[in-house]
Amino acid sequence: MSPLSRREFVTAGVAAGVGLVVGFYLPHGKRENTESFSPNAYLRITPDNKITIVVARSEMGQGVRTALPMILAEELEADWKQIAIEQAGASTLYGDQTTGGSASVRTTWDTMRKAGAAAREMLISAAALTWGVPRSSCAAESGSIVHGASKRRLSYGDLAAKAATLPIPSDVTLKQSKDYKIVGQRLARVDTPSKVKGDAVFGIDFRTPEMKYAVLSRSPVIGGKVTSFNDKESRNIPGVNYVGKVSDSAIAVVADSVWGAMEGRRVLDVTWDDGPNKELNTAAIWESLKQAATKKGTSLYSVGDVSKVSGRRVSAEYRLPFMAHAPMEPGNCTANYSGRACELWAPTQVPQDCRDSVAQAVGLDPDQVKVNVTLMGGGFGRRLEHDYAVEAALVSKAIFTSKIGTEKIGGPVKVIWTREDDMRFSTYRPASLHQLSAVVDGAGWPVAFSHRIVAPSISGQKGQPGPNGIDPDLPDEAAFIYGLPNVSLEYVPAETPVPLGWMRSVYALQAGFASESFIDELAVAAGKDPLEYRLHMLAHNKDQNILYFSTTWHTARMRAALQLAADKAGWGKALPAGRFHGIACFGCFSSYMAEVVEISMENDTPRVHRVVAAVDCGQIVNPSIMEQQIQGGIIYALSNALRAHITIEKGRIVQGNFDDYEPLRMDEAPLVEVYAVPSAESPTGIGEPSVPPLAPAVCNAIYAATKKRIRALPILA
Amino acid sequence: MADFTLRVNGSERNISVPGQTPLLWVLRDTLALTGTKFGCGAGLCGACTVHVEGTAIRSCSTPVSQVAGKSITTIEGLEANGLHPLQAAWIAEEVPQCGYCQTGQIMSAAALLAKTPNPNDEQITQAMKGNLCRCGTYERIRKAIHRAAGANAGDAGGAR
Repeated sequence: MSPLSRREFVTAGVAAGVGLVVGFYLPHGKRENTESFSPNAYLRITPDNKITIVVARSEMGQGVRTALPMILAEELEADWKQIAIEQAGASTLYGDQTTGGSASVRTTWDTMRKAGAAAREMLISAAALTWGVPRSSCAAESGSIVHGASKRRLSYGDLAAKAATLPIPSDVTLKQSKDYKIVGQRLARVDTPSKVKGDAVFGIDFRTPEMKYAVLSRSPVIGGKVTSFNDKESRNIPGVNYVGKVSDSAIAVVADSVWGAMEGRRVLDVTWDDGPNKELNTAAIWESLKQAATKKGTSLYSVGDVSKVSGRRVSAEYRLPFMAHAPMEPGNCTANYSGRACELWAPTQVPQDCRDSVAQAVGLDPDQVKVNVTLMGGGFGRRLEHDYAVEAALVSKAIFTSKIGTEKIGGPVKVIWTREDDMRFSTYRPASLHQLSAVVDGAGWPVAFSHRIVAPSISGQKGQPGPNGIDPDLPDEAAFIYGLPNVSLEYVPAETPVPLGWMRSVYALQAGFASESFIDELAVAAGKDPLEYRLHMLAHNKDQNILYFSTTWHTARMRAALQLAADKAGWGKALPAGRFHGIACFGCFSSYMAEVVEISMENDTPRVHRVVAAVDCGQIVNPSIMEQQIQGGIIYALSNALRAHITIEKGRIVQGNFDDYEPLRMDEAPLVEVYAVPSAESPTGIGEPSVPPLAPAVCNAIYAATKKRIRALPILA
Repeated sequence: MADFTLRVNGSERNISVPGQTPLLWVLRDTLALTGTKFGCGAGLCGACTVHVEGTAIRSCSTPVSQVAGKSITTIEGLEANGLHPLQAAWIAEEVPQCGYCQTGQIMSAAALLAKTPNPNDEQITQAMKGNLCRCGTYERIRKAIHRAAGANAGDAGGAR
């Protein structure tokens, strides 16, 4: 495994605004191999001229194993073909390794650049010393240092041993974007070949000798507990070798095969104490949200004074249901508890949280828990939880002390969730209620805008409420980028026993749907074109800065994205008969996104034919990956908008599989065109910003087609 | 428990499992062929697609007893040497994101091209709509199938 964990490091980490920590980690003191050059935890160059770049974030399809190394390789002036990629497990070397919030590139951009640049400068020094020439006469070029005057050349591998003896520069000059050779290129993703050949190892594919398999029987009612169980029939299933309670609310069935474990669970007889939620249903949840809405909220953003503006007032209420992430790879994790240590192989967005939570659950110190990060078959936020890892560790610990006859069971165990487990024991996007109102002037332009977001707090439910009870993620997700004189955004907390989680774009989906639908209502009421209306609201032709928490938004950047999407979509031009446009824009995760959809109505059902998306996400590291992320985000968002709907009856999640929670299939998938506003600004998020504008754009198009306003999702409820 | 002989990717494999065990788990657990994926366990998502006697089937809902003695092809055996034209097309079109569903997608597409070497958009949709992708790669899948079909058309021997 990686030797990195044995190194000694000092950190120069800095907090980056929204709670994510980026660091530039520099080793000092002893190195385990003096021949190899490793100026920081992200890079290792060996004398055989192999360059290994360590990726400390998790790959769930967003291309992080390609994009992050590209940034380092650019500053290193490496030859991309030389680069090998190594996935880091949970570590103390890389700051926060959480992979979410569209944050990997935007929060490690500087770190990866500095890591590459420092190494480059040291390699230049090593060559200059070797040749006895001034540093200034040497240059880094495609994996070598060259001495222009004498045309001498040494590869990075040749220089590794020498470079390893040199001091690490504390300050380095970074390249200018005009000189980029790797960043900005459409380089092929490093993980594609293995994924089409079938040898890519996702969490569920991990195998180790003597590994057993487990499925868990969990309380079907939210918050229920095990009263008693009878495992007689389960133990008669071939291959079943352990059945036991692993928590208050779960019983594990362990077998030599997945199928054996599933069959063992099928015949397991459990008596449940359903607990306090046994009568909970969706209607009661809506009622509780309405009750919460009568209470005073906490201000998220306020400018001017909306209460003092007089004029014609327009109001509307929107609502969105619980949704499930439903990644293609169901939950799973492999654990091997051995008394004084526990090793995990986890498809996880949070390796460090898995380490710490597992340590606590099985009574070990965090440094006794080793977390290996596998590929993930989709994350979408579901794998920001640690439940699968804790379960696997608990089951492994349970069998560690168990015997069949005189034979100890023990050893590694892979916990697998079925699709129904994944659907019913998920952590759901919170249901939410939105109260919007605006005061419009005589011409129909808004002079005051207020939006009350009534929703349970994800972080609050997890016992980590943000300042003033505001979810720490809301600042990234509920910005209002229009430059109006009077604006009030308020968050009104609600309570729910339904487990909550962060799902792709998180609260931005709800906030964007409500406000971008409502702005369309205002435009229609004013008899104005929805594009023109938005451009007008975005400070006309000025660039107004809007400081929202710690992010400064620019109305001019949003206008440019909006105009680009509109131009490429042919907004305002005649469409074929029966085709209608809808438009929406939203800013989140520091990126600006605009979308135009083209639909037709077929028997009261919308059919989305084309989506034109335009983004300003700053410097693009890999345009091909950026396009993948936006195309994927839009298809994911269209699934959400059309059908995603988790309901609760008698305390149980109703939906179970892809027949009653049906994602988009090929026959419903629109063409998605992606355009980017050219920018040399620092990169911003790309995994999630395409999600929020889609549903309002579709609903705005439905209004254009039918004059019916959709104020509740899903559209096909 | 019962004994079965399967012909998997051209090799005879003898296994001993309960006859109701879905082929998926025999492939993944018993034979270590993990390129075939578990997605839904109910024939709804296509991640587990393999070929039995050349026909695409959902291995998650096919008991192994039904395929005893039959010839089974998984993603690992789709092309004996190098890459199948579909796999090459998948790489060229940069189809995968998370990649989890893609082996099943490729197996469905391979069954389509075997019968319909140059499918039109509607034939592709009909053949592929049983395969879910949560990363939303459908349009690239369509392009990759057209690309592979084009490569087929260029083969000296005609359709594969």
